[in-house]
Amino acid sequence: MGTTADSVRDRFGFLAGIRDRFEGPNTIGNSRPFWIGFAAVLAVLAVYPFLPFIGTGSQLSLFLVLAVLGLSLSLVWGYSGVLSFGQVVFFGFGAYTFGVVSINFPDATGITGAVVAGVLAGGLGAALMGYFMFYGGVRDVYVTIITLVSTMVMLTFMSQTAGSAWTIGEAALGGFNGMPDIPLLTLGIEGVFTFQFVFNEMQVWLPLFGWNEIDPFYYLSLVAVVGTYFGLRALVNSDFGRVMVAVREDEDRTRMFGYDVKRAKLLVFTLGGALAGLAGVLYAARNVYIDPTVFELWFATLPVVWVSVGGRKSLLGAVIATVSIEYFRLSIGGDWALVVLGALLLVVIVALPGGLVPWVDRQVRRLDVFGESGEAPDPGDAPDAAAEVSDS
Amino acid sequence: MSDADTDTGADGIDQTVRQTAAELATGDRTDTILQTEELVKQFGGFTATDSVDFSVAEGELRCLIGPNGAGKSTLLKLITGAHAPTSGSVYYDGHDITDLESHERVQRGISMKFQVPSVYGDLSVRENARLPIQQFVDGAERRRRVDEAIADAGLEGYEDVEASSLSHGQQQQLEIGMAASLEPDLLLLDEPVAGLSVEERTEIAERIQTLNDEEGIAFVVIEHDTDFVGEIADEVTVLHQGKIFREGPIEEIEADPEVQRIYLGGEQ
Repeated sequence: MGTTADSVRDRFGFLAGIRDRFEGPNTIGNSRPFWIGFAAVLAVLAVYPFLPFIGTGSQLSLFLVLAVLGLSLSLVWGYSGVLSFGQVVFFGFGAYTFGVVSINFPDATGITGAVVAGVLAGGLGAALMGYFMFYGGVRDVYVTIITLVSTMVMLTFMSQTAGSAWTIGEAALGGFNGMPDIPLLTLGIEGVFTFQFVFNEMQVWLPLFGWNEIDPFYYLSLVAVVGTYFGLRALVNSDFGRVMVAVREDEDRTRMFGYDVKRAKLLVFTLGGALAGLAGVLYAARNVYIDPTVFELWFATLPVVWVSVGGRKSLLGAVIATVSIEYFRLSIGGDWALVVLGALLLVVIVALPGGLVPWVDRQVRRLDVFGESGEAPDPGDAPDAAAEVSDS
Repeated sequence: MSDADTDTGADGIDQTVRQTAAELATGDRTDTILQTEELVKQFGGFTATDSVDFSVAEGELRCLIGPNGAGKSTLLKLITGAHAPTSGSVYYDGHDITDLESHERVQRGISMKFQVPSVYGDLSVRENARLPIQQFVDGAERRRRVDEAIADAGLEGYEDVEASSLSHGQQQQLEIGMAASLEPDLLLLDEPVAGLSVEERTEIAERIQTLNDEEGIAFVVIEHDTDFVGEIADEVTVLHQGKIFREGPIEEIEADPEVQRIYLGGEQ
């Protein structure tokens, strides 16, 4: 006869099955306390716009959109070892493509198509660049140099697209002044179902908080970043995720295990480009505007700073660092913020080369904050406990 | 069977496994699993391998010896595709694989263990062992084979330890196990016992012989330690200055004054 604990385990066995997909040695946070904390943070984020001292959550939506960009670099660099300064190129591809398509087709169907087109543009741009780099034998620091140069090329190119010669249908690229006429994000099929993400239009009632105006775009960006986080958690803990990590660790060795390393890197780079494209779409949709500053060197550097500080081998680190750093950067404002960020990057690289979040994770496990049922210990410290999070 | 299969060359080299490229290309082969034909690799003005005709029979255990810079590791890298030859061809299982990428050669049955242990240090032993196996099987069968590979490597109890924290010998065992778990027909080992203790060396020797005897895997082993070579090898090939200098049983090779002069230090 089973115990109560067994019965509970049986009843919620499917939950363990779901958890297995998102847990493994390639991610931080493989314990019940982590997921409880995660749910609590998510709950706070869900009511964040209702908090009286916050407003609408509009500013946080920008940070969440940028977190998707940070996640794209964590995937490409942290998990596959390809340090790309070019994530903003694909971000810009997504943003500009969304702008051009949505301006030309400004109804719900057209704008929804523009979202898809923007994501595809980011992915295709990355696939094209990745193909020539990886199949052309470009490796290591040269990939970084090429992607960095690509941002400068795009900045130069897009900055000179002023004038009627650079008009695609109704959409003028606008050169240095950018594209100011991007329509409000509207999703759905025209005539069937449409939803417009209009700032401050939705009135929502919540216990304790009463009626409040909210920004629906905030929830869209929250869904985007949480969805991307879960999707990438599942990916990096899958068989392919293991190959990604193997490629990062030793390309030659991985090749000698029968894996097509070039193909694996191309796939990851393309996916990273598509995610950056998604972030670009959301960025342009949020601002209803896009200009070539997204290709500038300081902006290209930001994802590298976020991911380095948070911990490039940690998806959670990328999200936390992006939101924190961008909050800090926009709070300070101006060039001083960039100076402080540069100093922060240097300090982290010297003192905590693995990043802040993995360091915190190690301290939590070392102190055994959650006791026996808590976070799985470091595999090197306690093999048996770590085995529970592994899925042969 | 062609005449070449039974000839004994003027230089005393046993030709029983020699086959022509034409025979290999047409599939008219006997038991030769690997053959290189006039394989040349030049790095700038330096010729690392010079018209090397090297062959390995199915299930054979052949050691490759020679002084430093003789071209041993280069030859292995030409076989695996890590290096592209300047000229010449590589035939495997009757097919010209010269233009194939490394991973395609692995998929055809060639596997290799590098000179420096190159397990994935940040990954656990289990994750390491799982990486090659996950290509072939899933679920319970995968778990069984991963456990088996770990046990064969003598690493039970270390499953969740980071591979970087294993000893040098354990890393060598793990890497050999990972290479063997691809179920290759030919396994290339580059100095598998360098820097190991006597006990570890014995364990590796037993492992190689077990894989050779029980699973029929052919081996090419680069090794400087002639005692170790004598323990495991059927045949020995001596490389010198990029060319095949001698081939034959270890006793003959060790007794050869020319080999002693260039490699074993008998004469200077």
